[in-house]
Amino acid sequence: MSDLRVLLDFEGDRRSMAEYEAAGGYASLRKAVAMAPEEIVAAVDASGVRGRGGAGFPTGRKASFLPKDRKPAYLCVNADESEPGTFKDREIMLRNPHAMIEGILIMSYGIGATSAFIYIRGEYRTEFEVLVRALDEARSRGYIGRDVLGSGYDATVVLHRGAGAYICGEETALLSSLEGERGQPRSKPPFPAVAGLYAAPTLVNNVETLASVPFILAMGPEKYAEIGTERSKGTRVFSLSGNVKRPGNYELPLSATLRHLVCDLGGGAPDGRSIKAIIPGGSSTPLLMPEQLDTGLDYESIAAAGSMAGSGAVVIIDDRTCMVQLALRVAEFYRHESCGKCTPCREGTRWGVEIIRRIELGEAKQGELDLLLNVCDRILGKCLCPLGDAMAMPVASYVTHFREEFQRHIDEGGCPFTAHSPLTSLYHHDDLAAIGAAP
Amino acid sequence: MDPATEQTLEGARRTRPEMPGPLPEPARDLPLRDRILDLVAMYPEPKSAVIPALRLAQEEHGWLPEEAFEQVADATGFTPAYCKSVASFYDMFRLAPAGRHEICVCTNISCALVGAGETLRALERELGIHAGETTADGMFSLKTVECYGGCGWGPVVSVDERYHEPFTPGDAPELIARLRREAQ
Repeated sequence: MSDLRVLLDFEGDRRSMAEYEAAGGYASLRKAVAMAPEEIVAAVDASGVRGRGGAGFPTGRKASFLPKDRKPAYLCVNADESEPGTFKDREIMLRNPHAMIEGILIMSYGIGATSAFIYIRGEYRTEFEVLVRALDEARSRGYIGRDVLGSGYDATVVLHRGAGAYICGEETALLSSLEGERGQPRSKPPFPAVAGLYAAPTLVNNVETLASVPFILAMGPEKYAEIGTERSKGTRVFSLSGNVKRPGNYELPLSATLRHLVCDLGGGAPDGRSIKAIIPGGSSTPLLMPEQLDTGLDYESIAAAGSMAGSGAVVIIDDRTCMVQLALRVAEFYRHESCGKCTPCREGTRWGVEIIRRIELGEAKQGELDLLLNVCDRILGKCLCPLGDAMAMPVASYVTHFREEFQRHIDEGGCPFTAHSPLTSLYHHDDLAAIGAAP
Repeated sequence: MDPATEQTLEGARRTRPEMPGPLPEPARDLPLRDRILDLVAMYPEPKSAVIPALRLAQEEHGWLPEEAFEQVADATGFTPAYCKSVASFYDMFRLAPAGRHEICVCTNISCALVGAGETLRALERELGIHAGETTADGMFSLKTVECYGGCGWGPVVSVDERYHEPFTPGDAPELIARLRREAQ
């Protein structure tokens, strides 16, 4: 299979303006400002590109929801990559920051944005610095500023750092955070397209989505739409991690299969181990099993297989791993990140953690597995945002696929897999006394 | 380290992109209040500057004491209680004093699958403290953190906000020794 790459079709990096321009960079922006703004949105729509953050909503259609001529209007760039397993936006920003910036400028022009805001997660300090330099270069070349390339359009881009909160990747929480508040999601409708940042029409797009826009204009939307499948167009950068021989980010056409990514590119499980389960789209997505490796990586195929394409983060779990420990780690994460606004999520994630911890430590009674599934069921679809679901869906799928393994913990009064599971050291370890005297 | 994890980390070292060197620290010649006012001017509404201002205040004090909330509130036009309620929501704000060096270990699933637990224990042994604590000499704070976005190159450890990946148990003694040496 040919591994067509668009976004990261080079070795090393194109961090500097000189390298990016030498590779044809900013030609799409020149093309864009010669077009009418609505033609930009129409071209993105015709390409069929869908949001690469997690929800997979068609990007052009999302942009078309903004009311025309209502000003101010804003573009917000979601660079708050934090779904566990996902590290592709980081590599895009490190290696090809100008592709994202060019995409931001094209899209800003397309929707007539008053300003664009890049919301980058606070932990990405080096990536933030890469963007500081890249934005300075773009300003000095006249791509950002007044009257961009003689178009009459004034482009403003503000780089804004988050401060550590997973929930701010959810678009309405991102807007709350950008407004200087606690990052709590808002009730929809109104959708950000109508009442977003400062209650103005706002488009929120992921880093990879925007970085794809210059290539869509360069090759033409029809050509871009030939890549991938009928309903999942283009290429996508997949983050591969966990127990695999060659973890990393791999850009692939959306017509590729999970097996190609995991086995051909990733080399499969290391040291002759076997794959026990696969997380296909970040920690919030239900498991796929090794017999489902021939599933396509497109949104529809993964959904048909019983999970979600999510953020494109594929995590491989090998046969050493205790699924109860893994479920506990996933549940703990979502409990930690729950903003506390909706009761099912706030209470349910805590209950989930407590039950799974009791199971792992051998303190659970018979019947608690069903209680756990019941808790998951009471969260699903009952909150303002999908954070609670992001615990409920995977945990329920761990129990469903590995019920026997969970049951053994209860029957045997503890974890039967402590000897080999890589997560054991997180949950069964010596007390401080064994660590040695403090200095 | 078991051979399977060793093989994974070997693969990670090959796919990890090269990271550029750090930018020089921004100048702090202007008073904090003036730097916060510069931030306020960047946004359509001053409230958007509260989080970046809290970051500046934290850099100034090392953490966020009451005085920092007063300073941020004064310069942005909000109240100390409001600023504190915002700060308490976000993991990167320190509401208590911390060590001179902050070491954070990602223990989320991808890192945990390739030995983040062992890395954490090695750092605990080296420092003689548990995660969540600061050494008695005030040199080091050790924390566990949630997904850092280095999943394929983990275990990820950050030292004063710079990522080290992959960071194995064997890397702990050298790191701590180097930081102690540099402090002398």
